[in-house]
Amino acid sequence: MLGLDKKDTSLFLLVLLLVVLAPFLLNPFPENSELAQFNAGYPDLMQRFLIFGIFAIGFNILFGLTGYLSFGHAAFLGVGSYAGVWMMKLLTMNVLPAIIISVIFAGLFSLLVGYISLRRSGIYFSILTLAFAQMSFSLAYSVLTPITNGETGLQLALDDPRILGVSQVDGSIPLAHFFGVNMRDSFELSLGGWLFTFNAGYYLCAVVMMIAFYIAVRIFRSPFGMMLRAVKSNQQRMNFTGLNSRPYTLAAFVISGMYAGLAGGLMVAMDPLAGAERMQWTASGEVVLMTILGGAGTLIGPVLGAGFIKYCENIFSKINDNILYEWFSALPEAVSDILVFVIHPFIGKGWHLTLGIMFMLIVIFLPGGIMEGFQRIGKLFSRKKKKEADASGATPAPAE
Amino acid sequence: MSLIRKPLNRRSILRAGALGGTALAMPTILTSRAWAQGYLNEPTGSTVTLGFNVPQSGPYADEGADELRAYELAVEHLNGEGDGGMMNTFSSKALKGSGILGKKVEYVTGDTQTKSDAARASAKSMIEKDGAVMITGGSSSGVAVAVQALCQEAGVIFMAGLTHSNDTTGKDRRANGFRHFFNSYMSGAALAPVLKNAYGADRKAYHLTADYNWGYTTEQAVKESTEAMGWETVETVKTPLAATDFSAYITPVLQSDADVLVLNHYGGNMVNSLTNAVQFGLRDKVVNGKNFEIIVPLYSRLMAKGAGENVKGIFGSTNWHWSLQDEGSKAFVQSFGQKYGFPPSQAAHTCYVQALLYADACERAGTFNPCGVVEALEGFEFDGLGNGKTLYRAEDHQCFKDVLVVKGKENPTSEFDLLEIVEVTPVEQVTYAPDHPQFAGGALGTCNSGA
Repeated sequence: MLGLDKKDTSLFLLVLLLVVLAPFLLNPFPENSELAQFNAGYPDLMQRFLIFGIFAIGFNILFGLTGYLSFGHAAFLGVGSYAGVWMMKLLTMNVLPAIIISVIFAGLFSLLVGYISLRRSGIYFSILTLAFAQMSFSLAYSVLTPITNGETGLQLALDDPRILGVSQVDGSIPLAHFFGVNMRDSFELSLGGWLFTFNAGYYLCAVVMMIAFYIAVRIFRSPFGMMLRAVKSNQQRMNFTGLNSRPYTLAAFVISGMYAGLAGGLMVAMDPLAGAERMQWTASGEVVLMTILGGAGTLIGPVLGAGFIKYCENIFSKINDNILYEWFSALPEAVSDILVFVIHPFIGKGWHLTLGIMFMLIVIFLPGGIMEGFQRIGKLFSRKKKKEADASGATPAPAE
Repeated sequence: MSLIRKPLNRRSILRAGALGGTALAMPTILTSRAWAQGYLNEPTGSTVTLGFNVPQSGPYADEGADELRAYELAVEHLNGEGDGGMMNTFSSKALKGSGILGKKVEYVTGDTQTKSDAARASAKSMIEKDGAVMITGGSSSGVAVAVQALCQEAGVIFMAGLTHSNDTTGKDRRANGFRHFFNSYMSGAALAPVLKNAYGADRKAYHLTADYNWGYTTEQAVKESTEAMGWETVETVKTPLAATDFSAYITPVLQSDADVLVLNHYGGNMVNSLTNAVQFGLRDKVVNGKNFEIIVPLYSRLMAKGAGENVKGIFGSTNWHWSLQDEGSKAFVQSFGQKYGFPPSQAAHTCYVQALLYADACERAGTFNPCGVVEALEGFEFDGLGNGKTLYRAEDHQCFKDVLVVKGKENPTSEFDLLEIVEVTPVEQVTYAPDHPQFAGGALGTCNSGA
């Protein structure tokens, strides 16, 4: 289907199914139950899953295929966000121009950064990209305050021109919309104790992400993707055969930069604000974590990694001691005190610790990320072990 | 019909079951929350959920922890537990200690990480997932402005925590947002006369300014008010927010002919820059025949603690201090101290007061509807919450109250007793027009109830 082979088609359909049914899948617990704390099916987080999924897919095109580890991808996301917000300030609240312009700007910026950084490889490349990203962050944070509004972040105002739209509606800033459909609009479905939210913005993200995913699959399977893999396995040998690998790596770099810009554009489409910390090195590091956690070089690994990290960030960070006491209220007080004491460092502000431990465990025991875990489970149940492993294009490749 | 002729098998039973299930579910589909409400997250049960969005990690984690303590205390008092704290001294008597509008107050917490993105994500999850009808807290102006805009867009009330930048109620003001804390302009206006008395009208000031929004507005405010009384500004230098060593910025101060150093720094920045400045012997220097002086426009007890010995005798301003002797402050310090064993910081105070003011506004409006609350808070005058007579101005949703000018105490008696109050600058002196140049360019817009 659509030029994909049978295996990829089923993978594509699986992802499509997961994305469409996410509002159900992410809300497995009834509204009023104690476990509702672990529900992730609210619009903001679901949008984030997809947006960071796109970001990680794009990063994986560079890192997973060519092995070039960029530590500055957040800069492209940031540039895309700023471009998107400016579009909403100047042109219209329709999200389409904002998303398109973010991709274009991120693409141009990544062309510049890539052109310079790709003259080196390995650690020097990583450091160069990191330097560019930190530079962009500092510029956005202070020097370029007129364009970026500095630390406060660029946001919409009542007196923005919005040439093709309206500056304000009844004294409020108009909402971001896609040809009249507000990104905020949701339809809520309550079935018994369950409440499912279907958000317009989420489904826009879903469509964009499926397109992005499809393009990524095609790139992975194309001769171009083969070239990129060749760069990863032995660039020197490739150069000796007379091939110039730089155009390929630069193209991969720009494509992944455009993916980052797309993610940035979608972020502002869902929530029209662009802050400088979006470009900070921690944000660049996060996408590296996502990709490695999920499985670098695999097709859906990065998306899973992104979901995993965003889930930890948004769900674990909101559990506090009171909630723990509620959970353990059936137990004797001394026991619940001890349990809370033990769990306390891992929740609330300690979510970083939880994430760090999970990350270590995964990298040590499953070097191929979450995808390797799935494959191992799959192998246990599969009879044609050898054949599967060979045919799978999703063979995890360790980070270089 | 083919269906009838076939004997019942597993599939047809399943199919019938699924159809039946959908049919049963149909009536409930129409009772979706969105239809039943007059405004976003209207509390329909016996409880109401508030969202406390404070920095639990990052540079302001200490303040965030203190804010959270204050909120927990406020919730206790609102629900009629504990000694009632400032509810007893509050001039409005609408709060009865039976929750808000008879609904028990519950809360959810989140971590802003002092990043606008994370703060908005956390606030959004409170609004979308937990059904919070009000968001409050934060310890940075960038975050306050970002979350305030979000609350305006979503249609809930935002009660700002510690945010000192002019922009929060200046160019970035929003109809759904309210600030109790004072701002850069007020700091400048309150400090200037005290500085004139202490150091004279003929001084040359050198500014080191944290390179971000709050730094800019504070520098501007202090510069304008000191220049108005005759001081000269020799130089203003921006320092990176992430800087920890300020020696490189202090050396040029020594070579200039300035005799006053203004440190527009907050938190860890201020602790480091002040320590550096003192180590370089600035305070023992005599320039132009005058003793060299250092000024810190925004003080907090937590910062004073960090800087230790170095704060002695250094002027600054603060929103509130636990050593105030009015009834409200005493009641608050007592109930906070009883619960946690130490006095509250100014961040804790402003957050506690904001929670109470919100609850009181709901009671007076008779609804949680954001538009009703906005109406109840606009132009609201109150007393007994630790700052004397206070007005929530309708034009920009900024509180107007006395400002404290403080000085690092020479002989502290305890680890909390670090600042002494030099002067309580009356509110008239720090009041400005809503369209003052330092605040111009913003508009409240209209309230949004999210309906």
